[in-house]
Amino acid sequence: MAQEEKNGKEIKHLNDVTVMFAGDSGDGMQLTGTQFSDTTAYLGNDLSTLPDYPSEIRAPLGTLYGVSGFQLHFGSSSVFTPGDITDVLVAMNPAALKVNVKNLKQRGIIICNSDAFDAKNLKLAKYDSNPLEDDSLSGYKVFPVPITSLTVEALKDCGLKPKDVTRSKNFFALGLMYWLFNEPLEPTLEWVRKKFSKKVEIICGNEKALKSGYYYGENTELFASRYKIAKATLPKGTYKSISGNEATAIGLIAASKLSGLPLFLGSYPITPATDILHHLSKYKNFGVKTLQAEDEIAGISSAIGASFGGSLAITTTSGPGLALKTEATGLALMLELPLVIVNVQRGGPSTGLPTKTEQSDLLQAMYGRSGESPVAVVAATSPSDCFYMAIEASRLALKYMVPVILLTDGYIANGAEPWKIPHVNELEKIEVTQRTNPENFHPYDRDENLARPWAVPGTPGLEHRIGGLEKENITGAVSHDPENHDLMVRIRAQKIQNMQNTIPELVVDGDQSGELLVLGWGGTMGSIIEAVNDARKKGMNVSRAQLKYINPFPKNLGEVLSKFDKVIVPENNMGQLAKILRDQFLVPVIQFNKMRGLPLKSFEITEKIAEVLGGKND
Amino acid sequence: MTDKIDVEEVKLTTKDFQSNQDVRWCPGCGDYSVLAQVQKVFPTLGIRKEDFVWIAGIGCSSRFPYYMDTYGLHGIHGRAPAIATGLKVARPELSVWVSTGDGDLMSIGGNHFIHACRKNIDLKIILFNNKIYGLTKGQYSPTSEKGKITKSSPYGSIDYPFNPTTLALGSEATFVARTLDRDTKHLQEMIRRAAEHKGVAFLEVYQNCVIFNDGAYSDYTDKETKPDSIIMLEHGEPLIFGKNFDKGVMLNGFNPVVVDLNDGVHSVNDLLVHDEFDESPVRAFIYSHMTDDPKMPTPIGVFRQILKPTYDQGVAAQIHDVTAKKGEGDLEALLFSGNTWEVE
Repeated sequence: MAQEEKNGKEIKHLNDVTVMFAGDSGDGMQLTGTQFSDTTAYLGNDLSTLPDYPSEIRAPLGTLYGVSGFQLHFGSSSVFTPGDITDVLVAMNPAALKVNVKNLKQRGIIICNSDAFDAKNLKLAKYDSNPLEDDSLSGYKVFPVPITSLTVEALKDCGLKPKDVTRSKNFFALGLMYWLFNEPLEPTLEWVRKKFSKKVEIICGNEKALKSGYYYGENTELFASRYKIAKATLPKGTYKSISGNEATAIGLIAASKLSGLPLFLGSYPITPATDILHHLSKYKNFGVKTLQAEDEIAGISSAIGASFGGSLAITTTSGPGLALKTEATGLALMLELPLVIVNVQRGGPSTGLPTKTEQSDLLQAMYGRSGESPVAVVAATSPSDCFYMAIEASRLALKYMVPVILLTDGYIANGAEPWKIPHVNELEKIEVTQRTNPENFHPYDRDENLARPWAVPGTPGLEHRIGGLEKENITGAVSHDPENHDLMVRIRAQKIQNMQNTIPELVVDGDQSGELLVLGWGGTMGSIIEAVNDARKKGMNVSRAQLKYINPFPKNLGEVLSKFDKVIVPENNMGQLAKILRDQFLVPVIQFNKMRGLPLKSFEITEKIAEVLGGKND
Repeated sequence: MTDKIDVEEVKLTTKDFQSNQDVRWCPGCGDYSVLAQVQKVFPTLGIRKEDFVWIAGIGCSSRFPYYMDTYGLHGIHGRAPAIATGLKVARPELSVWVSTGDGDLMSIGGNHFIHACRKNIDLKIILFNNKIYGLTKGQYSPTSEKGKITKSSPYGSIDYPFNPTTLALGSEATFVARTLDRDTKHLQEMIRRAAEHKGVAFLEVYQNCVIFNDGAYSDYTDKETKPDSIIMLEHGEPLIFGKNFDKGVMLNGFNPVVVDLNDGVHSVNDLLVHDEFDESPVRAFIYSHMTDDPKMPTPIGVFRQILKPTYDQGVAAQIHDVTAKKGEGDLEALLFSGNTWEVE
């Protein structure tokens, strides 16, 4: 579908597009991508984003390993992933082109900053000849634009230092993309004016760069057509774009309000979890206390202290940090105190891939402690789902007096999507009882869920001691009695199992029984939905479900598994959920595993589905 | 911020602080003395019983909370200061105490200790320093003297020891003191001083381990040797010691030296005068380096006490200020803040 504009240019209507902004890690690509996402969301498209950046803050200019990218998939129907392959690549230098052209579709669009394609940068990117001049890019539509020099020219009257002038070139690229996709400049201009309200010359620079980019598209002969993506049909409501880490932080504040407990966060900075600490540190007027601890262990230990004191206590981390919190997690479960441990998973082991995503901490979360030490494990499936699962993790911790590990991952933590904002009155209250009655008080007494009473210091008559040494059930006296230890180990396990009574059953999308179920967990949901939708379009009959509760599993999981001949478990790890499923249900699940530090690609899952179905639907 | 209420009204006694657990330290252990003196002092502090909390790590001294009928948490090795920090920040009105040992605090928990001092968190940290690992049956600790022969150092340890008061002062602790398990009066006084200090209070107790390091402090506690081996720090008083009070400590450049007050050359006027409240940590640092030096008396008493805002106060003040400026947080408004759009 196409229509002609006044200036003779054509508007093509598309269902969905994937764009990649790529440049040096100091080129402002994350900001550019975020601005483009916000405007796109504001126009009513559904979208999903994938920031992909190196762990170096300012890697040497022009290098392949210094490339920072921001991928964005937006469309007029539901969008579940940041896109398997890109349609448009904005490359600010040769290295950005080289790293990202591999993922560009045939006949895809490349817009590149031709000024940056000089001998030095070409050499740094390990190009033998200039790809803009040889025929290596003949499979793509290439638009070389002298972005740096055009920006310098446009900003000459703003009074900016030369360094700040060239730094504005990302806004030129952004303006050009706004033109290309028929989007307004106003939301970004408004953001600039607000953000730099006291720096007139920066407002001038950004505004001019943005407009120059826009009018460059409008007025030059280079582009014959531009694109429009119709609004998505989303449910009625008020929306905003939200990242997983922001949603986690706000979810924890909501849990604090819903439970009436003060929120305490003990945390040590670690990529990609630090943003949760940043967000929560801002909300002091919600009574939030954040402690930037001296190390990961102090992060969780301080949270245990705050929990003993009656707070909704949180610690946030990523894989290596969770490893450091191992012993203290065991203490919290022995003390039977509520605690939420948020683990934003990244590529491991060890320092691994700090800025990349993975799902490889599931077994660590499940089993990574000394002794028989079950904790609850839940996982969020998308950026906005982090909000709800942060509340859910808090609810479980408080109701059962246990540590709960909430697993998110680098992809959903940094990625963003439009979120239909709930009203506070739609969120369920969290019932909490802190014991005040000294009559018949026993620190390890049990309620109907086997939870022990929470008696906080300062309450008269309830003075008691808890500790890491085994305790006698009910009385809480230190005990090495063999039968008591056996009983306590079983009670701690049963408490977790009892959660099955209050967590939702697993919902299967598609036929409730049949030949094939694709079962994922956590952050792979988007990729799996797209893969299954695609398989169905191709005529394959496949059902789908996504686990958010892993310890314990939903009550009906065994039954669901029994109703399908085959089960594929796609994971961003070597098959950690698959192991647990085999262990608990003796089912021969089929694994699909990738460890690339990136979200799973939908088309690969679709291929796996076709393969398992014997190719008969192909 | 601890609520002081009328002592008469509360009428707490030593017995109120004795838990129903049998005390399981070895007979003759110095820990008994610390427990007894704490139980004597606590009823007199004007703090409600339910507002006391003991936090501990691992080791003999870390069993302390079980024997106190207050709120208590027996944690994991070395982490007591971190657990206590979280509790104190969450509940600044509580009186939070840490019982710890030289292995627990100086080795595995060293990081938490220096940061609790640095941040001036209003904790009372009692270090039971017996210069040995007791609960694991006798290995040299980070405070054991170099050359110490133990099961893990059969040819003598080659480690240089930490001096806990030096470490505390170097970490900017606002209250640093030392006492002896055998000097019950002084021990009580130091516990009281620690309790009354607003800010991190570090009290090192020289505590005898009868089983694995018996007599480690006998020079400092035996009647015969004590007067010449220790010096009692008294605010405003010159540094005098010795059986006949005839020795003193004066400065020679930056270094302390012992002088004979009967040599006809030196007089009391030459001596260092103790000032607990000196803002500069230099004087206290000099004292701490007199520790375990055969040429010098080891100082006992309050090395230093200064006042500066505590971390927990700072947290509360920031919340107060930001709330006053922005108004109390409204969750509904927070959810709907930022760039929102309507889908009809």
